[in-house]
Amino acid sequence: MSLFNFFQKRPSAAIARDRLQILLAHERALSGRPDLAAVLQKEILAVIARHIPIDQDKVVVKLDRGAQVSTLEIDIEMPDEVLAVR
Amino acid sequence: MSKVMVVTSGKGGVGKTTSSASLGAALAQRGQSVVLVDFDVGLRNLDLIMGAERRVVFDLVNVIQGDAKLPQALIRDKRLETLSLLPASQTRDKDALTEEGVGRVIDELKERFDWIICDSPAGIEKGATLAMRYADVAVVVTNPEVSSVRDSDRIIGMLDSKTRRAESGERIDKHLLLTRYDPARAARGEMMKVEDVLEILAVPLLGIVVESPDVLTASNMGAPVTLHNPASPAAQAYVDAARRLLGEDVPFAQPAARQQGLFSRLFGKKAAAA
Repeated sequence: MSLFNFFQKRPSAAIARDRLQILLAHERALSGRPDLAAVLQKEILAVIARHIPIDQDKVVVKLDRGAQVSTLEIDIEMPDEVLAVR
Repeated sequence: MSKVMVVTSGKGGVGKTTSSASLGAALAQRGQSVVLVDFDVGLRNLDLIMGAERRVVFDLVNVIQGDAKLPQALIRDKRLETLSLLPASQTRDKDALTEEGVGRVIDELKERFDWIICDSPAGIEKGATLAMRYADVAVVVTNPEVSSVRDSDRIIGMLDSKTRRAESGERIDKHLLLTRYDPARAARGEMMKVEDVLEILAVPLLGIVVESPDVLTASNMGAPVTLHNPASPAAQAYVDAARRLLGEDVPFAQPAARQQGLFSRLFGKKAAAA
């Protein structure tokens, strides 16, 4: 839509190009290797599980891939009683 | 020296089969002997696009399994003497293909043809990997659209790692064929430009096929567009691509935008400049 584009700051084609460049840089780096985020998640959770019981349903993992920096965010809900005992 | 060429894309519906048929016909029209091999076992369509659907008796799987000899399965095109088709099986699944069997058939085809064009199925599974396995040349068919470009990137990675040539340290000759391109929309910033896709995928350009009603008309009629409507821009693009495959230096013409209305001209230019 021309009118829509007119008010938009950037044309959608430029957004498509930028999204692809970021995504493919990651996918190329990861190809042939196991998914790094999945490996990190598994190992980090294993370490924590050694010390406190973790309810797998209460673990939220978020991965945000940026051009320069990516963030892996792991939220684990810890029941108060677990912390109180230790 | 015959060449094995895979036409592949990862994503479905981008124009692999249409491009295989049109490139094959264009090469045959230039005097090359060409066989089109349909690797889409279970979902064959190259026979239909070529208008040979009522002439299929034996297929690739029959030849691999020894139920038929290669000459019995080959279908000679009625319009072009040097063009043949080896259809896929409609009733079997892709597990009927074996690496050894495909290699044997390709070796036999090399004795008869200058070009063995392998029309790959969509996806990255067995059918697709076997279609590219013995390739010397690859044509990656891509639409200027995010999912198609992403899948093409994946396929390019596979061409560089999973083919016979790649495994023996040889180079596989890769080309990008951009299809369903709309120059007017690209000019308005609504579609990635040719240069954008080339920059992302970093594979040399073989041709640009502009979105065109002639392509659908040709498949309706069961004829490659280069035969059905040789004067159409799509046919010209395929002929130019075939000439480049033959090593000719054919300059790229900037694909012409269709005539635009006043409204899109007024707003289109402003949007493109933004």
